[in-house]
Amino acid sequence: MDIISDIKKPENMVYGRPALLTDNVMHYCPGCSHGTVHKIVAEVIEEMGIQDRTIGISPVGCSVFAYNYIDIDWQEAAHGRAPALATATKRLCPDKYVFTYQGDGDLASIGTAEIIHACSRGENIVVIFINNGIYGMTGGQMAPTTLLGMKTSTTPYGRDPKLNGFPLKITEMLAALDGTAFITRQSVHTAAAVRKTKNAIRKGFEYSMKDVGLSFIEVVSTCNSGWKLSPVEANAWMVEHMFVKYPLGDIKDVLK
Amino acid sequence: MAFKGTIEIDIQRCKGCSVCIGNCPNKCIRLAKAVNSKGYRYAELANDSCVGCASCAMVCPDSVITVYRVKI
Repeated sequence: MDIISDIKKPENMVYGRPALLTDNVMHYCPGCSHGTVHKIVAEVIEEMGIQDRTIGISPVGCSVFAYNYIDIDWQEAAHGRAPALATATKRLCPDKYVFTYQGDGDLASIGTAEIIHACSRGENIVVIFINNGIYGMTGGQMAPTTLLGMKTSTTPYGRDPKLNGFPLKITEMLAALDGTAFITRQSVHTAAAVRKTKNAIRKGFEYSMKDVGLSFIEVVSTCNSGWKLSPVEANAWMVEHMFVKYPLGDIKDVLK
Repeated sequence: MAFKGTIEIDIQRCKGCSVCIGNCPNKCIRLAKAVNSKGYRYAELANDSCVGCASCAMVCPDSVITVYRVKI
């Protein structure tokens, strides 16, 4: 144990809690991907040194309290309207980095019109889209992104395309629009995936100052409470099922 | 060149989700038998094979892990 206490010195620290995260304990369920994504957003803002020039737009959903966890300026949008608020913020303050943080119930359901038109207008904002295929906050109802056959509290026998329609691949849809600059789909279930997502978010923030269009980062996530699985099982389920419908990787990059 | 590392876990913030355990390449994290003040079994260092790779800390949703590393 002496060796271990020797190692535990400030100069040997290689990774720790980002200073931009506040001391509040996150209200998310154990193992929720939101916490990991909050952390990498905080890391990116910290590394770029843009804490006083970043404005986040928090959504309605589980991540509604995002403003309690990252120490930057925030606005709280009505359900699904974060891209509209971000548009106004970026147009009024073009020197600020503006990003929205939205879940799939917020972005892909009630906010579909807002995100499509924000992409179509090519606003210079970053959109971080957390896709876990379910409405987590309200008790695990079916979302537009729910997989076929997936059981939720409103589709107890599994999603049936005849009754409930097909899953919405919103990221591919947005890639077809001319106003988008960088579209990618990532995940945060392993350390390698976290690194890739962090690079993607950083790229998005950089693109938002290059006047090339909207950057859209989808993060395929888990909702272990909604899926009724343990956090580790939920990650395995996501790899097995979600990645089939929502394959990871860059979809569009105009500067490449 | 080899590395020797260790981690420090903020046990009161840890929710025992176990995502770090699956991501540790050296299998040196486990859940403690004891619980923290919220009733969660928290993660703890199980042995001294940690190399300070920070994989656990990177995937930790609650950012409770601090990683230390030295060259030996």
